[in-house]
Amino acid sequence: MKITRKEVEHVARLVRLELQPEEVERMTTLLDTILSYAAKLDELDTSGVAVTTHTLGTDNVFRDDLVHEALNRELALANGPDQNGEAFVVPRIIS
Amino acid sequence: MEFFSLTLAQAKEQLEQGNITSVQLTESILSRIAAVEPRVKAFITLDQDGALAQAEAADRQRRAGGAGELCGLPLAVKDVLCTSTMRTTCGSKILENFVPPYDATVIKKLKDAGAIIVGKLAMDEFAMGSTSENCAYNVPENPWKPGYVAGGSSGGSAVAMAADESLASLGSDTGGSIRQPASLCGVVGMKPTYGRVSRYGLVAFASSLDQVGPLTKDVRDCALMMNVISGHDQRDSTSVDTPVPDYTAALKDGLKGVRIGIPPEYFGQGLDPEVEQVVRTGIEMLREAGAEIKEVSLPHTEYCVAVYYLIAPAEASSNLSRFDGVRYGYRAGDAGSLVDMYSKTRSRGFGDEVKRRILIGTYALSAGYYDAYYKKASQVRTLIRDDFKTVFDQCDLVVSPVTPTPAWMIGEKADDPLALYLSDILTISANLAGIPGLSVPAGFSSSGLPIGMQMQAAHFNEEILLRAAWNLEQRAGIKGRRPELG
Repeated sequence: MKITRKEVEHVARLVRLELQPEEVERMTTLLDTILSYAAKLDELDTSGVAVTTHTLGTDNVFRDDLVHEALNRELALANGPDQNGEAFVVPRIIS
Repeated sequence: MEFFSLTLAQAKEQLEQGNITSVQLTESILSRIAAVEPRVKAFITLDQDGALAQAEAADRQRRAGGAGELCGLPLAVKDVLCTSTMRTTCGSKILENFVPPYDATVIKKLKDAGAIIVGKLAMDEFAMGSTSENCAYNVPENPWKPGYVAGGSSGGSAVAMAADESLASLGSDTGGSIRQPASLCGVVGMKPTYGRVSRYGLVAFASSLDQVGPLTKDVRDCALMMNVISGHDQRDSTSVDTPVPDYTAALKDGLKGVRIGIPPEYFGQGLDPEVEQVVRTGIEMLREAGAEIKEVSLPHTEYCVAVYYLIAPAEASSNLSRFDGVRYGYRAGDAGSLVDMYSKTRSRGFGDEVKRRILIGTYALSAGYYDAYYKKASQVRTLIRDDFKTVFDQCDLVVSPVTPTPAWMIGEKADDPLALYLSDILTISANLAGIPGLSVPAGFSSSGLPIGMQMQAAHFNEEILLRAAWNLEQRAGIKGRRPELG
């Protein structure tokens, strides 16, 4: 299997990463190496094998819907790179 | 004997008997840090004034009565755990100035027990790495040999133990990140069962694999730390509500009736002969302690790395989408639009390895590839988990090496990610299966580098690991050996 530069550029756009041309080159080679290695899994027949996403088999966990103290606004906003005391400020979304 | 070289249990006893004060102990630790930090570089952030103030408060508390389990004992934690009084960088530039609005549950438990948090320890960025070389601040060095890796991703946590810079520490383990640096630095490290310890306030890497655990100077200290940090937490719905035993009660002499399984798959190609010899000698010591040794098989071991390097990046790519420059952390100030701001922020804020894993993970999850990669890996994960189920019907714990080799030189494998990924082969399966694993010092290589022994057990069987590790520690004849650091 061969991963193309175009595929890497597409995935980079999806995850909001800007890659320099030489970075695209490097990442393409790397991804290809790692995913070629991962193809080792094809040696195994897994038809009919269930997937594992949680190792203890815990089902949904429920709790009572109770009102309790939450993070106050000042604290929640304190790390915002740009905030006005009420909300986080971001660059214009709709022009 | 200097106070900083005490174990956690010894220092606790000295405090309880009134032979020393927490201020004396903390001053000793701080001067030790000042002396060795230029050589070992374990800390990202140090809070000297805060530590001394907490030490004074702890001494007052002790005089007043009602001192907690860890009252006045100076500890340090991996910089992946949220601390409300200290910045939490996760080893990343994107969180350089992030001071969390709350404490992680494990931090709260330590503080409630009276512990003093001296500082935050170096790690690979977002815990992604096996050497701590991906830390955006400082790369910790192995205390046993200058220029050698400390291991990772909890490299700083292991170094702080080997260099006596704190009495105990916490790390996180997603594919070996506690056990591997513990082995390379000659200290004890435990990855508890998935669900044993709360992860609330642990910055998420791969949520189906991550676990918080202790790194300590000896096995007794590991048990003491487990007593404090274990237990159910309403704020972490993956934590499990089962009773927490007194783990120190597990440290009993002798292993009569204990069945130990040795999987040949963990002694395969690429295993350093010195590592093999140290581990085999350790197994003989366990036999002499009364354990029954038998061969067991974990046939899917060779697939662990492939499974892990699909599942972990897939989960990471999702978890790390929250770093977008809006609510916390770095934001690129020169962006025209919102999307431009996201892209510039993430491209400048994340390091290479993090970008690499986000790309792999998203690729593995994307339309057309999901079945071939993510689903396939999750199915093979079931086979790996089933291997352990079968094995734990035949034995109580599985003993093996932790890493195929002792520590290597900084930079040696930095350009070959796959080679580095393959060095995780012996630790990854515990995370994939959700079982507990522990690394305990077993010996040294001819060049003086530590070699650890790994022990793995069935879910929630931490006690058998502690018991076996304690028995090895009593017999291996290297307890208390520390590197020369001047």
